[in-house]
Amino acid sequence: MSTMQKLVGWIDDRFPLTSNWKTHLSEYYAPKNFNFWYFFGSLALLVLVLQIVTGIFLTMNYKPDAALAFLSVEYIMRDVEWGWLIRYMHSTGASMFFVVVYLHMFRGLMYGSYRKPRELIWIFGMFLYLALMAEAFMGYLLPWGQMSYWGAQVIISLFGAIPVVGDALSTWIRGDYVVSDATLNRFFAFHVIALPLVLVGLVAAHIIALHEVGSNNPDGIEIKKHKDPVTHIPLDGIPFHPYYTVKDIMGVVVFLMVFTAILFFAPELGGWFLEPDNFIPANNLKTPEHIVPLWYFTPFYAILRAVPDKFLGVVAMGAAVVIMFFLPWLDRSKVKSIRYRGNLYKTILTMFIISFIGLGYLGTQAPTAVTTNIARVLSIIYFAFFLLMPWYTKMDKTKPEPERVTG
Amino acid sequence: MKKFLLALLFVPLTAFASEGGVHLDTAPVNLNDYGSLQRGARIFTNYCLSCHSAAAMRYSRMEDIGLTKDQIKNNLMFATDQVGNTMTISMNPDNAKLWFGAPPPDLSVEARARTPDWLYTYLRSFYRDDSRPTGWNNTVFEKVGMPHVLWSLQGIQHLKEPAAGEHAESGAPEFTLVKPGKMSPAEYNAMVGDLVNYLTWMSEPAKTTRQELGIVVLLFLGVFFILAYYLKKEFWKDIH
Repeated sequence: MSTMQKLVGWIDDRFPLTSNWKTHLSEYYAPKNFNFWYFFGSLALLVLVLQIVTGIFLTMNYKPDAALAFLSVEYIMRDVEWGWLIRYMHSTGASMFFVVVYLHMFRGLMYGSYRKPRELIWIFGMFLYLALMAEAFMGYLLPWGQMSYWGAQVIISLFGAIPVVGDALSTWIRGDYVVSDATLNRFFAFHVIALPLVLVGLVAAHIIALHEVGSNNPDGIEIKKHKDPVTHIPLDGIPFHPYYTVKDIMGVVVFLMVFTAILFFAPELGGWFLEPDNFIPANNLKTPEHIVPLWYFTPFYAILRAVPDKFLGVVAMGAAVVIMFFLPWLDRSKVKSIRYRGNLYKTILTMFIISFIGLGYLGTQAPTAVTTNIARVLSIIYFAFFLLMPWYTKMDKTKPEPERVTG
Repeated sequence: MKKFLLALLFVPLTAFASEGGVHLDTAPVNLNDYGSLQRGARIFTNYCLSCHSAAAMRYSRMEDIGLTKDQIKNNLMFATDQVGNTMTISMNPDNAKLWFGAPPPDLSVEARARTPDWLYTYLRSFYRDDSRPTGWNNTVFEKVGMPHVLWSLQGIQHLKEPAAGEHAESGAPEFTLVKPGKMSPAEYNAMVGDLVNYLTWMSEPAKTTRQELGIVVLLFLGVFFILAYYLKKEFWKDIH
């Protein structure tokens, strides 16, 4: 026995190293027919690690103090060795996290990955999405620019629309009557420790649940139905390591090419990733002409603005997120994957995607009478996708699913 | 406050629409033109850096645009003798507010907030307006609190009122130079171009380093992709 084997044996007697390696990597059998859309799970994990590591380095130089925060970011950009790179990695990473997560969620929608027996994976994923939104929202206050400040001011004041407790609640969140140093400090605490802990915990739960039931695939069929009679390995399954690790490395490199192209050549991405107004220090006496959240929140922001009543607008915005939790029970189709669904579902899913992107765009624009009406139509489509799902998924003419994966 | 903020969500933000209508000229930005950046630095430290600070910017950083510490000390530093200091000013913000209506903004990252084109057009669009407390107005920033600091160089210009019917659609507002300054219009434009070039450089001194490094990183990833592609292909050749 080599020294290495002895060492591993010594550890295995005390900690399930080899068995965990097998369960989660070398003997985790994933369907062999994963396509392009299956890169985004591992990419989300990559971006999470990137955000945590760059975040640690930013924390070493950032000052969570209303008088110092803005300049401390510029100090990082100028005087800290490679500070500009770390900061841009973090700011680009924030937006790219949402790009990856939205594509990951869309994959789930297309192939029915939320359906039985993967309901809990979807629910953990939705909690991850909520935690990520909170993480991004609080992180955006920290540079203490005008958009940081007024974005937070507007969003926190939405809680004020809740009857009876609203005012007290929004004051409690801010720790002051307006967004101030107290707010900045507590958001910093949430951003750098509370929410990252929640995110890491949920990622673990998300992956443990996934590895318990096994991955879905573009055909939406269960590979565990056909196992080798001797080895009990799914016939259409291949070990995650090395097959998907080498494939994901390829995906990572392509992703990094996009990521670094933005980071090095257009870190503001024309105002989509870093808003011009956020290069003006926060000023509580000067409201910007046009307050917009960053792009990943704008679909919900557009729904909020589309509702004429303030309180109901807030309710609609909340409902737009919460309703996604119920997806596993709303879908009554006989098949999971879009490959075997009928034209009815395909049409409605397309309309849903158009409404989501359309709302996202309208949320970045100053509303006019016409665009508000468009936003209303799109909001109705958005909700109809979920609320009518039990009926249209049943009516939809599906095709028979294959017995084995089709590649 | 709360109601006001909520109202903000629902009112059409017309101001935004009008902002899109301001005509902007293209600023001649070239971050590799050290001569232009150095001339811009001289204008900046002489004309801007008494009312405006650039608190994120260290004097010594100007070594990046080809100046030596001694050149910086002897020519560009008026408020401090430490070359490692940041470009702060001694004007009291409360006084400044009293004098100008609002304290002049720090210019460290102004070019990123406003865009170089905005600055370039703004600094050339001051005109005489006796209805304003300073006697100056600006077509890019209406009722601006800042007086025309560079007037002795540009001279005094009046805004040509557009004749009935022809309005802003024609693009740039027109001015008539009623009193020439020390510079010809061409010289003045070039000088403002240098200044804006400097302001753009100052708003992100690492920009050229960033772009140079980006090319190296992308080339590396390109090579890495070829390796990753063949590695994947090799492993997957027995999966059918």
